[in-house]
Amino acid sequence: MRDVAIIGIGMNKWGELWQKSIRDLITESALLALNDAGIDRVEAMYIGCMSSGIFTDQEHLGAIAPDYAGFCPVPGTRVESACASGGVAFRTAFAHVASGLSDIVMVVGVEKMTDVDGAKATFALATAADQEYEVYHGITFPGLYAMMANHHMHKYGTTRDQIAQVAVKNHKNGMKNELAQFRTEITIDQVKNAVMVADPLTILDCSPITDGSAAVILCSMEKAKSLTKKRLVKVTGSGHASDTIQLAQRSDFSSLKSTALAAQQAYKMANRKPSDINFAEVHDCFTIAEIMVIEALGFAEAGKGGKVTMDGLTAIDGKIPVNPSGGLKSKGHPVGATGVAQIVELVKQIRGEAEPGRLVKNANIGLAQNMGGSGASSVVHILEGV
Amino acid sequence: MPSPRYWREIPQRYRYEANKCTKCGKVMFPPRLVCPACGSKEFAPTHIGNEGKVVTYSVIRVAPSPFVDQAPYTVAIVDLGEGVNIMCQIVDCEPEEMKIGMDIRLEFRKIQQEGSDGIICYGYKGVPK
Repeated sequence: MRDVAIIGIGMNKWGELWQKSIRDLITESALLALNDAGIDRVEAMYIGCMSSGIFTDQEHLGAIAPDYAGFCPVPGTRVESACASGGVAFRTAFAHVASGLSDIVMVVGVEKMTDVDGAKATFALATAADQEYEVYHGITFPGLYAMMANHHMHKYGTTRDQIAQVAVKNHKNGMKNELAQFRTEITIDQVKNAVMVADPLTILDCSPITDGSAAVILCSMEKAKSLTKKRLVKVTGSGHASDTIQLAQRSDFSSLKSTALAAQQAYKMANRKPSDINFAEVHDCFTIAEIMVIEALGFAEAGKGGKVTMDGLTAIDGKIPVNPSGGLKSKGHPVGATGVAQIVELVKQIRGEAEPGRLVKNANIGLAQNMGGSGASSVVHILEGV
Repeated sequence: MPSPRYWREIPQRYRYEANKCTKCGKVMFPPRLVCPACGSKEFAPTHIGNEGKVVTYSVIRVAPSPFVDQAPYTVAIVDLGEGVNIMCQIVDCEPEEMKIGMDIRLEFRKIQQEGSDGIICYGYKGVPK
C-alpha cells in the first residue's frame, strides 16, 4: 500500500434545504472540494448515501454524481452502509488510491431527507435495523439507543445529566460552526425537559433530519506534494468492523464492539494509541452513543464515558476535544454525508481553518468514527498533518 | 408488507421455531444456515422458551406509522435463557411499572395491521408473570 493524502475538502451549509435537489447537493460539495484542491478533474468518484431511493425515488448516484460534476466518463460507485455510508465510502476510496488503481479520487457523502414527511423518513432510517425481528415489533432508532442508555445507566450508574451533557457540549461547539444546522446553545434542563421520544431520550438527545453533503479528494502522497501548497493531511489509520444486525443478539447492550474493533485496527495501522489522539469527530446520533463511543475508542474506561464528559475531558478546551464541529447533534445528520463531513472537519482542524472558539489547539492527529444502525457497522479513520 | 414476506416468518412468530447447532449447542432464533459461534452447518430443530427476564427496555412515545395508535408502548430485550435474547413489546404493564430484571411470559397477540384492508400481523408480546 502506498501513502495517501487528502488534498481537497468541500461542504455546503446544512439544514432543511427545500430549494436544493440531491444532485445540487452532490455537485455543490464536489465543486467546493475541487476548488480547495486547485484541480478540475478526478479519476474516480465514490458516493456515500444511505437511502436516496426512499428519500427521493432516485438511485444510480454513481452515474448522477460524475455527470453533474462534469466528469463523464469518470466512473462513480455508490457505497451503502446505513449511517456509516460516508465513512465506508471514504475507506473504499482510500483503498482505491492506496492500491495504485488511481491517483486522484473524490468521495462525496450525501442525503436529501426533507423531500418526505417525518413518518417516511423514520421508515427509511429504520431500514438500517432488522425489519423482521426489530422494526416489526415497533422499535425505532431512538428506541434502540434508549435501550442502550437504560442498560448503561443500570449497569454503570451513568446519570441522566451526564447523558444530556453530550448535547449541551456539542451545541456549544456547533453554534460556532457556520455550516451547522442548529446553532443555538442549550442547557441540561432543556434537554431533560424536552419532548420525550423514547424514555429516557428526549428530542434534544436525538440528531435531526438534515439535507446536506460533504466531499473530500484523496491523492497519492507522491502526487499530492506536487499538486498542492496547502498543509497535507495523511490517512494513517483505517479500520472497519461489523456486529449482529439485531441489538438483542449482542453479548452486551452498553458497549459498541464493532467500534472497539475498528478502532483497534486503525490504531494498529497508524501505530498510535488512544492517548496520542488530539481530537475526534464521533457518531453522536444520540447522546448516549457518544458516551459509548468514547469508551470503545479508549478515551474513557468502560462505564466512565458519562463521568468524563461531565468532567470536561471531551470539551473544546479539554484533553481530547470530541465533536468540535458540533457533531451530528448540532451540525446535523444527513446520514450518508456524515462520515465524509467528519473527514472534512478533521482536515479543517489539522489545517487550522476551523472558526475561532471551536478551533482545537495543537490539532495534528485526529480520529473519525462513523457507525451504522445500532452499531452493526463501524468505521474509524486516523488522519495526521504532515 | 407483501404476503410472502409475512408468511415466511410465521414459524418463528407463531410457533417459536428455532434451530440448535449440533456441534456447539448454540440456539439460533431466527434459524440460520451457519452457526456464528462455531461455523457448523448441522442443526436440529428446537423451540425457544416462552418465559424470560427483561434485560433492558424503552417506552416509545414517537411511533412509526403502523404503531401510532398504540403509543406510548414499551419495547424490551428479553433473555429467554439458552443464550437467546429477543426484542418484543411488553404489554398489560404500565410504562412506570417496568423494571430491568422483571419476569415475563410470551403470549400470542396482534402486533400491527396494514390499514383497513391489509394483513393483520400477529406474533409474540411479553406480559408480566
